[in-house]
Amino acid sequence: MIDPAIETLEIDLLQKAIADRYGYDFSNYSPASFKRRVVAYVKKSGHTRISDLIPPLLHDRNLFRSFLYAVSVTVTEMFRDPQVYKILREKVIPVLKTYPSIKVWHAGCATGEEAYSSAILFAEEGLADRVQIYATDINEESLHIASEGIYPIEKIKEYTQNYQQSGGRGSFSDYYHARYEAVIMNQDLRKRLTFSSHNLVSDGSFGAMHLIFCRNVLIYFDETLQNRALNLFSQSLVPKGFLCLGTKESLLFSTVKDRFRIIAEREKCFQLK
Amino acid sequence: MTKQGVQTYSTVVIGGSAGGREALIELLAQLPENFPAAIAVVLHLHPHSDAADMARTLQKHSRLPLQEAAEKERLRPGQVYLAPANYHLLLESDGRFALTIDAKVNYSRPSIDVLFETAAEAIQKKLIGVLLSGASSDGAEGLMRIKALGGYTLVQDPATASSSMMPGAAISRGGIDQILPPAEIGRSLLQLVGGKN
Ligand SMILES: C[S@@+](CC[C@H](N)C(=O)[O-])C[C@H]1O[C@@H](n2cnc3c(N)ncnc32)[C@H](O)[C@@H]1O
Repeated sequence: MIDPAIETLEIDLLQKAIADRYGYDFSNYSPASFKRRVVAYVKKSGHTRISDLIPPLLHDRNLFRSFLYAVSVTVTEMFRDPQVYKILREKVIPVLKTYPSIKVWHAGCATGEEAYSSAILFAEEGLADRVQIYATDINEESLHIASEGIYPIEKIKEYTQNYQQSGGRGSFSDYYHARYEAVIMNQDLRKRLTFSSHNLVSDGSFGAMHLIFCRNVLIYFDETLQNRALNLFSQSLVPKGFLCLGTKESLLFSTVKDRFRIIAEREKCFQLK
Repeated sequence: MTKQGVQTYSTVVIGGSAGGREALIELLAQLPENFPAAIAVVLHLHPHSDAADMARTLQKHSRLPLQEAAEKERLRPGQVYLAPANYHLLLESDGRFALTIDAKVNYSRPSIDVLFETAAEAIQKKLIGVLLSGASSDGAEGLMRIKALGGYTLVQDPATASSSMMPGAAISRGGIDQILPPAEIGRSLLQLVGGKN
């Protein structure tokens, strides 16, 4: 029988090893979910104990990459929570239209679906030429997939439904080309997007953003790290810039709550005062 | 179990799928408003459904207050929490909830196993796990983990379940403390946590 107290110790040691060797600090992630993903990786890689991972991870950088891919959750969708995009169309885009150029940051973009969704949104609102979308993550493999813009075709039905519910003005099929088992997103959309590596644990602020998305990333962090990220966002926004969190995330219990006002409670859209 | 009146169990986790909602209503109807443990529930819901709406509907049948579980929220005794649709609900060892959108487990998000396994590790001996009706095998593994870490396990009598697969899967693994109809599970919980009726 595996003792949870010993496993907690093993997780601590593993996190120390990774932080010292590779500079990724997971010590402020929510412990239970981080541990579940590590344990799944331990099983998948044929080990018995969490601490068995430490020597191979220390010595093999490629293995660390696969570990990073496994423990960072890549689950995402296009137009996830369609209502959020509706609110953006109604309440946020009209304000953004008053700027000559618009900078958008997707922090924790995973494989890019959310960033392509916002590129579509801006294109439909006639802002394609004015918007620059930066999308970042710690996971290099996810970023690679994102910059290719190629997605499995079987997801398209769901994404099309999401798109329609989000108030999409056109036909979703206008935004990709189908090729065999996959779709590739249109070149005009990809032109607006820049994917790069950025770690919310340790990297600094991004300048003068008008809209920041950070959806379903903060749920993986403890309160200390949530506050760090939220402070970073409030420093990276222009005055009256917008912040959009995941629908089960909130900044009402954070140290930055007085700096924002609520635009849409359920959709978790906020505006810097 | 220790002496009567001494509270040995602090937390109850409940899982259900098809037919689980009806069983949960019967179970909750047995619990008085001074029930001294926190209750966290995973029901398999449609990904676009709203657990807050579900809480409002179930409230008609329960003296205990119901709400959707929020991330990082601390569990309070006498409160019933429902997992949000399309998120896994986890319990941390500091007595708070965590949510994730990790991949589905047993084709489900929220998954009963995810709640049960994390609660088993967080609460250990002070945990009771309850598995209700469902056409799935989610929850069986989690219930075993609860038992292995010193908690107490209850399963709905498959003969009373509209889908007997889920209770059946758990029972066939062994290690179940009691197999009962939903209302009797409610009464049994009351005895176990030492609340007065
Ligand atoms: C569940 S995905 C969310 C994707 C998308 N935003 C959505 O809501 O669909 C979480 C992402 O956060 C990323 N992430 C985790 N820790 C991070 C960190 N410290 N800095 C930046 N991104 C991080 C993961 O690599 C993963 O791609």
